[in-house]
Amino acid sequence: MVATPIVTLSGVTKNFGTFKALHETDFEIGEGEFVTLLGPSGCGKTTTLRLIGGFELPSSGRIEIAGQDVTKNPPYRRPVNTVFQDYALFPHMTVAENVAYGLTTGGARPDRGDLGRQVGEVLEMVGLAQAGMRRPGALSGGQRQRVAMARALIRRPRVLLLDEPLSALDVKLRETMQVELKRLHRELGITFLMVTHDQTEALALSDRIVVMQQGRICQIGSPGALYDRPETPYVADFIGAANLIEAEFKGLDGGLERLTLQGGTEITRRPGGAGSPGPFRSGQRVRIGLRPERLRPEIETNRFTGQIVETLFHGDRIRIEFTFAGNPTPAFVELGRAMADRMGTLAPGAPITLGVDPAEVMLFAEEASA
Amino acid sequence: MTPARATPLAFSGLFGLPLLWVLLLLVVPYLLMIAVGFWTRQFPLFVPDFQFGNYVQLFSDPQYTTVILRTLKIAVMVTAFALALGYPLAYFLVFTVDSDKLRNLLYMLVIVPLWVSYLLRAYTWKIILGNDGALNSALIALGVIDTPLDAFLYNQTAMVITLTYIFVPFMVMPIYAVLENIPKRLIEASEDLGVGPMRTFWKVIAPLSLGGVVAGATMTFCLAFGDFVAPVLVGGPDGTMVANLLQSQFGAALNWPLGSALATLVLIMVMAILWLSARLDRAGRVAMK
Repeated sequence: MVATPIVTLSGVTKNFGTFKALHETDFEIGEGEFVTLLGPSGCGKTTTLRLIGGFELPSSGRIEIAGQDVTKNPPYRRPVNTVFQDYALFPHMTVAENVAYGLTTGGARPDRGDLGRQVGEVLEMVGLAQAGMRRPGALSGGQRQRVAMARALIRRPRVLLLDEPLSALDVKLRETMQVELKRLHRELGITFLMVTHDQTEALALSDRIVVMQQGRICQIGSPGALYDRPETPYVADFIGAANLIEAEFKGLDGGLERLTLQGGTEITRRPGGAGSPGPFRSGQRVRIGLRPERLRPEIETNRFTGQIVETLFHGDRIRIEFTFAGNPTPAFVELGRAMADRMGTLAPGAPITLGVDPAEVMLFAEEASA
Repeated sequence: MTPARATPLAFSGLFGLPLLWVLLLLVVPYLLMIAVGFWTRQFPLFVPDFQFGNYVQLFSDPQYTTVILRTLKIAVMVTAFALALGYPLAYFLVFTVDSDKLRNLLYMLVIVPLWVSYLLRAYTWKIILGNDGALNSALIALGVIDTPLDAFLYNQTAMVITLTYIFVPFMVMPIYAVLENIPKRLIEASEDLGVGPMRTFWKVIAPLSLGGVVAGATMTFCLAFGDFVAPVLVGGPDGTMVANLLQSQFGAALNWPLGSALATLVLIMVMAILWLSARLDRAGRVAMK
């Protein structure tokens, strides 16, 4: 629940023929929030965005925007605007004409001078003050992205929909544009709803993230909450990375939960940590999740002793894949350079011992697995 | 290292035949035609000469100007009707038909008549519009008229109907191609920006499909302008077009110099249309991305 919802989806579903693109979905977006729909391709995130934009009509359910039922409204009767994935700029118009397009129709059509001033302002805001007379074809990817933003923002939408807005840009530019997006969101106070498959982008930009999978929402939360307290192995693996290991729940002992991992390693976990809510039965099949950066050589509890399979150099970090105690899939750990340099040889075949704090063990009931 | 240039022998081997073809069957005949246009006729001979009498005759004798103007009028009407029918059809196929299968099937149905002999298709209209034709029979069966009307056939209306029917695929094809190339996202973007379907059409779809309209109109116009069969089959006495006039100059009237001058005039007009079309096309061309 959010304080003042600007977008409300109630029981919304979408089928394409026999394919259920979106199962019954309810959620709210608060006024001024930056919300991201995150998931792999085909998870229903783009469908959700298109339903809110009005490009698809829901098979059932109700969509409200700014307190108004817009379930059956076409896109041109909704107080939202979209930044499309490939920008969808009009190739036969100049940048200024593209940006002015959304103001040249409807009741409140500004006069020529006022229109020119507004176009100038919004182009300035996205850092393209000089490009008004150029055609989209003569612009770089990053510039087109800015024009698409300007074109949508000039209408002062209640909600700005962004469909993978940065996916067509190269890495450096993407980081610049992330900062730009964040700045625009803060300065304009408009609600942003973004779709992305890039978890780093989602984590960096969002107030809240909606993680989706196979047409359903799996978890909604702030980036920190999703990272620290994922409720399913899927979320644990999708937001950040996690070693997921099959285990058996043994019971409570001295205030700690005891678990036996596949292969026989015994570990303990502090109850109430991240993962499924519990309680767990003795003998229950479960899965544990370990963040790679939480495995440290200096931690004395929950020791894993194994053998290095592969060492990958990442510049600032080292990623080590290792097997332990007959576990079929190798686990992996990421260590900072300083730490790794102190550890001696890290060549494949070398032994390695790492520990993890009982409070950092995530525990998932098996049936919740994807 | 750059690849070795083609040797003169390989060059002439590859391009020799087509070049010879173009020279013998296109360039030489055109030059002959233009040259003969300046000759004089001294019955029963054509005497080489260089004078503009034939052209003067074409522009001063109302018999010829009437036919040229009529041909222009009919070609313009056919183009206009083909556009009025072809654009909505192409639009319907691209934007309204959801199923790819159905769309391809309907598009094939538009194209299929081109596989049937042109003569046969023109002749069909003679049967439909004729005195005891399908149209008259239908009207009688419906009780609209009692006796067959002969108003449908052997006039310019019949020619426009026939030519429109025959050439409409040439209008549909290029328009279909450009409409299909317009990213659907642009239409969504327009509607997203508060613009309804009608204005979206005029501000986005129409300008972006102009190239197809120009191409289709050019083809339809040129084909209709040079048509020779429809006037003979369904045109009647006041249906003579430039091509028929040409034919008679080289046949019954036996005035090759005048015929050549007329042919040169037609060539110039068609070239002018093509030039105009190329200019329009270049002006309207934009990358879709």
